[in-house]
Amino acid sequence: MSQTGTLMGFVHRRRRGAELFLLLLALAVGIGAYAAVGLGVEGEVPADLVGYGGWLTALIVAAHVTVRLVAPYADPVLLPLVAALNGLGLAVLRRLDLTYEANGLDQHTFARQQLTWMTLGVVLFVATLVFLRDHRSLQRLTYTSGLAGIVLLVLPFLPGIGVPINGANIWIRVAGFSFQPGEVAKVLLVIAFSGYLVLHRDALALAGRRVVFVDLPRGRDLGPILAMFGVSMLILVKQNDLGSSLLFFGLFLVMLYVATERPGWLVVGGLLFAAGALAAYSFVGNVQNRFNFWLHPMDYYDASPGSGQLVEALFGMGWGGLIGRGFGNGFPERVPFAYSDFILSTVGEELGLAAVMAIVLCYGLIVERALRIALISRDGFGKLMAVGLGAIFALQVFVVIGGVTGLIPLTGLTTPFLSYGGSSLVANWVVIALLLRISDQARRPAPRLDPVDESAADSESTQVVKLR
Amino acid sequence: MSELTLFLIRVAFLAILWIFVLSAISVIRSDMFGARVPETARGAAPAPERRGGGKARKPRRGSPTHLLVVEGENPGVRAELADAPLLIGRGSDAAIKLDDDYVSTRHARVAASGDEWFVEDLGSTNGTYVGPVRITQPTTIGLGVQVRVGKTILELRK
Repeated sequence: MSQTGTLMGFVHRRRRGAELFLLLLALAVGIGAYAAVGLGVEGEVPADLVGYGGWLTALIVAAHVTVRLVAPYADPVLLPLVAALNGLGLAVLRRLDLTYEANGLDQHTFARQQLTWMTLGVVLFVATLVFLRDHRSLQRLTYTSGLAGIVLLVLPFLPGIGVPINGANIWIRVAGFSFQPGEVAKVLLVIAFSGYLVLHRDALALAGRRVVFVDLPRGRDLGPILAMFGVSMLILVKQNDLGSSLLFFGLFLVMLYVATERPGWLVVGGLLFAAGALAAYSFVGNVQNRFNFWLHPMDYYDASPGSGQLVEALFGMGWGGLIGRGFGNGFPERVPFAYSDFILSTVGEELGLAAVMAIVLCYGLIVERALRIALISRDGFGKLMAVGLGAIFALQVFVVIGGVTGLIPLTGLTTPFLSYGGSSLVANWVVIALLLRISDQARRPAPRLDPVDESAADSESTQVVKLR
Repeated sequence: MSELTLFLIRVAFLAILWIFVLSAISVIRSDMFGARVPETARGAAPAPERRGGGKARKPRRGSPTHLLVVEGENPGVRAELADAPLLIGRGSDAAIKLDDDYVSTRHARVAASGDEWFVEDLGSTNGTYVGPVRITQPTTIGLGVQVRVGKTILELRK
């Protein structure tokens, strides 16, 4: 499938110094944005800049030191990209908090809560790297994690802990904390899919009947994974969570395609998607609304439910122009949920297209790194897992940024690392830890396993040739 | 805070953001092909000859020259190591093409690194075994070490 570095005569360098340099720049982005928010909105450098900057630096340094100690060959670019996005997201949340506070809204501590969640995320990132020394041990948990993922998806239906928020039954509330179990479930399902597909991909690709121009695999090969997939889709549709259903469907398709190398799956998937979209359009009123808002946003500006949110976001981004209005000179508070789904419109309004493009590029680089890790990984399970985790990022960013900018109908999802949302942030930090672990394995020079052969090769005179 | 100061702050911030993105890209660019490391630095025996040009290399005395099928459906099939890397499998592009039902289309690969020969599983269904052990990463093989793919056994020979 791929040329591994070791066999081509070179080894990857560790590049930890480059990572540190990029992390310092990422910290400059995060802390600089925080200072710029203070200067722009309040007219002075924020009083807690040192404390805030110190805390952010401590988190990033902790993550970096962990990588140095337990994953020295890991990819040098992923962590800085994530740190920069997270830092920028915190600053933008802080900027919204200041306006929400001035307007007398109850909820004006998003940045503070997000920082708490980020701390938890970094702790789990460190824990994942320290306790998971070889990602292949996750392959043993194929069915366990599939089951756990489905159980997590079902949790919001349980009376007592499940709470509907904003019309979607995707939340649970335990001991005062609300959490979206679906965010963790998607990581577990990636592990389950890759563990299953890596064992059955030859059977899936080669055995089976040919219908028209698509090779249909045998039922016993496809059955278990189809069941896993079908159950999670049913749950998501039942929960009225369109964004996540789309994400899972795309993820499943990408992994099946990559594992079997059969383009026919894309045709099948595309047809299924068209059928599903048509069915949803005809039978779910909500979907019909979304389509109408997308095609004719201005017509529904005053309606309820209407496209006011989307139109305000489009106005905001238009008002921002190329380099934005500057922090404090826009009106991002006019967009409902500017702190979660629509955080990109805030960035577009106050920092302009220049910053939006930088952010999109950062996501692009994260996906590129994930695919490169998949290419150089030496085991099939790691390859599939890296592709799956990269696909999650790609699909999620496409769906949410496409929705906010009016490219595709809007479906609610969080923007990874930028939006306010604890579950998503924590889950994404763990995803990055998993990717770093796979890349550490992939870029590490191949260990010598056979000391007997080595000594035999060294001294030809004493060589024992085992001829049968 | 004057309008101009705010403008400068905004431009400065956007500059930092883009410097970050561009540095990340330049690190990726320099990382693209890794670093060539001398064989001695990797703890190997100081080799008298460098690995240069692959095919042009003169085989040293005592080093293997071909890969041979010693057991299975196609005994006697061989491939010269000078054509390395060698692909083993049922597919038509394989250097050693096997008619073994338990072998995947692209099953394993044999390639050189310095003076050593490695066998690497390419994600086959039934695995590649060196001796009794199913390998999960490139594994060095010496002369006469039996590599099993499916029901077939291969060896490096002089």
